[in-house]
Amino acid sequence: MANLFTGAEIVFKVLEDHGVKHIFGYPGGAVLPIYDELKNHKKIKHILVRHEQGAGHAAEGYARSTGKPGVLLVTSGPGATNAVTALTDAYMDSIPLVCITGQVPTHLIGTDAFQECDTTGITRPCTKHNWLVKDVNKLSTIIYKAFEVATTGRPGPVLVDIPKDIQFKKGKYIKPKELKNSKNKINIKFNIKDNDINKVVELIKKSSKPILYTGGGVINSGPRATELLREMVSLTKFPITSTLQGLGAFPGNDPKFLGMLGMHGTYEANNAMHDCDLMINIGARFDDRITGKLDEFSPRSKKIHIDIDPSSINKNVKVDLALIGDVKLVLEKIILAIKKDDENFSNSNKNNISKWWKQIENWRKKDSLSFKNSNDIIKPQFAVQRLYELTKGQDTFITTEVGQHQMWAAQHYKFDKPNRWMTSGGLGTMGYGLPAAIGVQVANPDKLVIDIAGEASVLMTMQEMSTAVQYNLPIKIFIINNQYMGMVRQWQELLHEKNYSESYTEALPDFVKLAEAYGCVGIRANKPGELDEKIIQMLSINKPVIFDCVVDKTENCYPMIPSGKAHNQMLLGEKDEEDKISEEGKVLV
Amino acid sequence: MVKSAYSFSTNKEKIENHIIVVWVDNEAGALARVIGLFSGRGYNIDSLAVAEVDKKKNISRITIATSGTIQVLQQIKLQLEKLVPVHKVADFPKNKKTLLREMALLKVVSSKAKLEKAKKLCKKYKYTLLDKTEKSFVLEVSALKKEIDELVKKLQPLGLVSTSRTGVVAMTKGSEIHK
Repeated sequence: MANLFTGAEIVFKVLEDHGVKHIFGYPGGAVLPIYDELKNHKKIKHILVRHEQGAGHAAEGYARSTGKPGVLLVTSGPGATNAVTALTDAYMDSIPLVCITGQVPTHLIGTDAFQECDTTGITRPCTKHNWLVKDVNKLSTIIYKAFEVATTGRPGPVLVDIPKDIQFKKGKYIKPKELKNSKNKINIKFNIKDNDINKVVELIKKSSKPILYTGGGVINSGPRATELLREMVSLTKFPITSTLQGLGAFPGNDPKFLGMLGMHGTYEANNAMHDCDLMINIGARFDDRITGKLDEFSPRSKKIHIDIDPSSINKNVKVDLALIGDVKLVLEKIILAIKKDDENFSNSNKNNISKWWKQIENWRKKDSLSFKNSNDIIKPQFAVQRLYELTKGQDTFITTEVGQHQMWAAQHYKFDKPNRWMTSGGLGTMGYGLPAAIGVQVANPDKLVIDIAGEASVLMTMQEMSTAVQYNLPIKIFIINNQYMGMVRQWQELLHEKNYSESYTEALPDFVKLAEAYGCVGIRANKPGELDEKIIQMLSINKPVIFDCVVDKTENCYPMIPSGKAHNQMLLGEKDEEDKISEEGKVLV
Repeated sequence: MVKSAYSFSTNKEKIENHIIVVWVDNEAGALARVIGLFSGRGYNIDSLAVAEVDKKKNISRITIATSGTIQVLQQIKLQLEKLVPVHKVADFPKNKKTLLREMALLKVVSSKAKLEKAKKLCKKYKYTLLDKTEKSFVLEVSALKKEIDELVKKLQPLGLVSTSRTGVVAMTKGSEIHK
């Protein structure tokens, strides 16, 4: 007879099978048997967070910086509901997470027991799939399947809800190898037809105004996809722009890179998107922050969409050709086909698009990311630029919160590697960056990890500083402090007659003292002249640091596509504001 | 004008009625996943019918009458296909190639004269009398949705007191099946 194991033992056996080294979590009544078992599994290190949302974001940061799934372990009821924001965040940004929740014992389910909630019901719309385990003999199969669902196809979060009695009960543990033959609909081989690849080559050859529009799918596809993307650009000489999530897939300081596109993207990227005759979307999803006004989105282009998720095709924008598959597999085929078609493509194509590049250079001359610097007050863009200049020499990982600082970070910090940029794009979760930085630092203990933060966002998950201190994680929290919810303030200025309703934070804490209270180091910079020296000081400290960078309170984030406008109707700065936002645009967000 | 929209809907495309058929694992929560997808993404459900159809393979067939633009209908299908317990999804157009049926149980309580009148009215429809007393009868009708609608409307003044309907079920004509 086969050996029997308790549910708690099975959980750890399956985690070990998947090579899980770290889990982020918080104990509680319904998950105690699993916590009791933790001591017997030295290969798995548990990171105790201060709030379950923090566990989720830390697991996200861990996943995004490594390409491996992040694992979190929380208790029933409030433990599960606190994790919901992070699960939704991971769902929107396609981040693989495995969330294990405790549940009240099976016989109490449905009785409104202490710390009971309908976890699988609540998380159904924010996970790829979830399971309530009612039979301990199915536990190993379910967790194995959970990892598979989380990491295949378009990645995303999954949840396994395990009642307390199941954690105690003994049952069979089935090794993953024996499960290989189970029906596996997620791994369906994507069939890209040669004919479709040939069509892509034809469109590429015909195009005189092409653009590559790339997204997080390139990064999710793995390092090989990034290499192929670079090869694709060097082969075609096509201009390339990226979404917020795709930053780092292509070097940010390469001349072929037009910068980020979308609502706060560059002038050249958005105009090129609008005027192009061929758009190749690689692993992006035509999000509403990207497209601007839909009926005026890139009106004259043929559109090719490469995506692993069939439901992304034609969801927001109708495309002419869809290639459903993993970015690296599709790019490989396209590159091969181009080379096969014309060995000398690179040269023969140059003339074809030289006019287009001239046009792009003209747009570039607008220098849309420029700002008026000051000698008296730190401009937020300047702060990000200095941070970039002083850290670009080393392999740096950047996380952000959500708001103006996030956009400035995306605009002014140049990434040249994938998996170095962790930001909440789809859900836009304030409070993401600090716990995410913890996860990144756990996965990359010797690397520099900085959370470019806003003072409002960071207060939402500030308690996680305590986690950073406990595990000696030397994360740097670089707060661009303007005392406002800056993006809210900016919208109120532009759309609500400067009625700054509730967007100013009275009674902010003294961040330097707060850092000290947590047992880490606090630094404050007030003047542009002292910024470099203070940043260098921050970088020299091998402890968590909260850096309070006091910046201009009223700076707005430009350039900007006002709501209701198309890509070619950008605001470049203050002088542009008055006449460009229509009454109609004011009701949009 | 309603504030707080992200953008104005400029969609002026034609709304079409379709029948979506979904084969799912017959397990706890499977129906909730399918229905939750509809409500969560704002798709319409005009009617719903669900039952196990293959005991051996543990499969249920869910038939959903829905409406939307071609783009929305395509999304419904693709989003459903992503659900883990879903095996396959078919989109049956509402045309001559598709057989549609809905079943209804109707209880009429009335005077003798009205009951007689009611029965006469029903003759046009194929019905089975399931229960009969001096004051009432219960009948079963299997027909198209609009026919049942029509019958219900006619029976109302004659003492129709209770109506139970199944929602539409569908099957394609001919020898082909959806793979």
